[in-house]
Amino acid sequence: MKALIAILAALAAYEAVARSGWFAPALVPTLPAIAHTLWDMLRDGTMENHALATLWRVFAGLALATTTGLVLGFLMARYGAVERFFSPLVSALMPIPSLAWAPVFILWFGLGNVATILIVFYASTFPMLINTRAGARAVNPLWLRAARAMGASGTRLFWKVVVPGASPFIITGLRLAFQRAWIAVVGAEMLAASDYGLGWVIFDAKEFLNTDIMLASLAVIGAIGFVFERLVFGTLERATILRWGMLRTAKA
Amino acid sequence: MNAIDVRHVSLSYDTPAGRVEAVRDASFGAAPSEFVCLVGPSGCGKTTLLNMIAGFLAPSAGEILIGGKPVSGEGLDRGIVFQDFAQLFPWRTAIQNVAFGLEMKNVPRPEREKIALEQLRLVRLEKFAHAYPHHLSGGMQQRVAIARALAYNPGVLLMDEPFAALDAMTRDEMQRLLAEVWRETRKTVVYVTHNVAEAVYLADRVIVMSAHPGQVRAVVSIRLPRPRDPLSVEFLDHQKELLSHLTRQEDA
Repeated sequence: MKALIAILAALAAYEAVARSGWFAPALVPTLPAIAHTLWDMLRDGTMENHALATLWRVFAGLALATTTGLVLGFLMARYGAVERFFSPLVSALMPIPSLAWAPVFILWFGLGNVATILIVFYASTFPMLINTRAGARAVNPLWLRAARAMGASGTRLFWKVVVPGASPFIITGLRLAFQRAWIAVVGAEMLAASDYGLGWVIFDAKEFLNTDIMLASLAVIGAIGFVFERLVFGTLERATILRWGMLRTAKA
Repeated sequence: MNAIDVRHVSLSYDTPAGRVEAVRDASFGAAPSEFVCLVGPSGCGKTTLLNMIAGFLAPSAGEILIGGKPVSGEGLDRGIVFQDFAQLFPWRTAIQNVAFGLEMKNVPRPEREKIALEQLRLVRLEKFAHAYPHHLSGGMQQRVAIARALAYNPGVLLMDEPFAALDAMTRDEMQRLLAEVWRETRKTVVYVTHNVAEAVYLADRVIVMSAHPGQVRAVVSIRLPRPRDPLSVEFLDHQKELLSHLTRQEDA
């Protein structure tokens, strides 16, 4: 409810500026004009196609990042040798902005999905990895002790105790990874995609001064991000760490 | 044959401040279904000794036998209850916590749920079978922990100050409950405490330990009928006797 009020206030402020006559309507279109463009694009399916292309890239990149982050994160937390080998690599690679790789990936793989997905992958791997490692290390030793005393060991100890025990951090990692991925994909599409994707639409609209298309696409990007943040991750948290009373450990 | 035999057990380890003798040449036994309390000041090695019986630590000298078999590591012949409420798995309901050991023993689900519910009934928590630990009070969580340690039917129950973090009233209630559980299940119990009244209330035999280095100072049998009256003269006499052993070591 409060979120709705804040969004409505921001929209009203924008509309006031658009109608003030200070700027050319072509540069600052009114909300009804943007809504009209958005409606047209939704009706003929172009917006959906672009959004699906973007979502596909995000989930392909996220899937790779989540797999890499989980596997490496758990291995680094568990085995000193893995930690010693990968820790300097992570420290060296993490500060590089994912978009800085765009020209390199374009040269290697050309414009299109591969370069875009790789940029998304690069952006979202590190939060997943860092949080998984932190979560595995934060598993209460008492749980491990109790579980071992009850005959758990090896893979069963891992799946039944370490993974759920690390889950507050893993969910935080997923949430951050999605945020990073969603930010990265739009930039990546501007640079490395051709013909499809919300980022590409915005970049392409600039050539024709179609501010309404740009803003309509931005609204869709914001809306999808909002839905995932609130609904998907909110639901995931309510079903797991909130239900288990483990949220405090995640924030500590 | 004794259920538990602790034979000339010592444990020392190196710290930056030098070599610490946590336990020196401790010996005692427990007959089947006997309730033994380890009492002593902090630093007397009572918890260390319990951890060695549990198999979490290996003695540097001596040996520990459970039912005539030497201990090496954890085993399902022993159930363990810790002091910290956090020992329960927060992502499992009370009944799922209790069923964990049975799950590790590959007992089929319907059967382990039946057994787990019986155990919860024993600690009078069957109404809370499907509650998550964070919705239970500290005393209730410790009752779940007791049920969990008993569920896979170990012969020996090891308890490390399980009620020390509870308020006085709940503690009294829990002691009565434990005395009943012990009478019904006939487990051999080794119970660590620094509370003399608790030891007199619960134990058949009290092993009094002293600190620096941790060693067995005296063994006191409590031959009072149960249920015991903490206000009776005999009860207070036993308390005085234990206290005299404990204060004598402080003077020494």
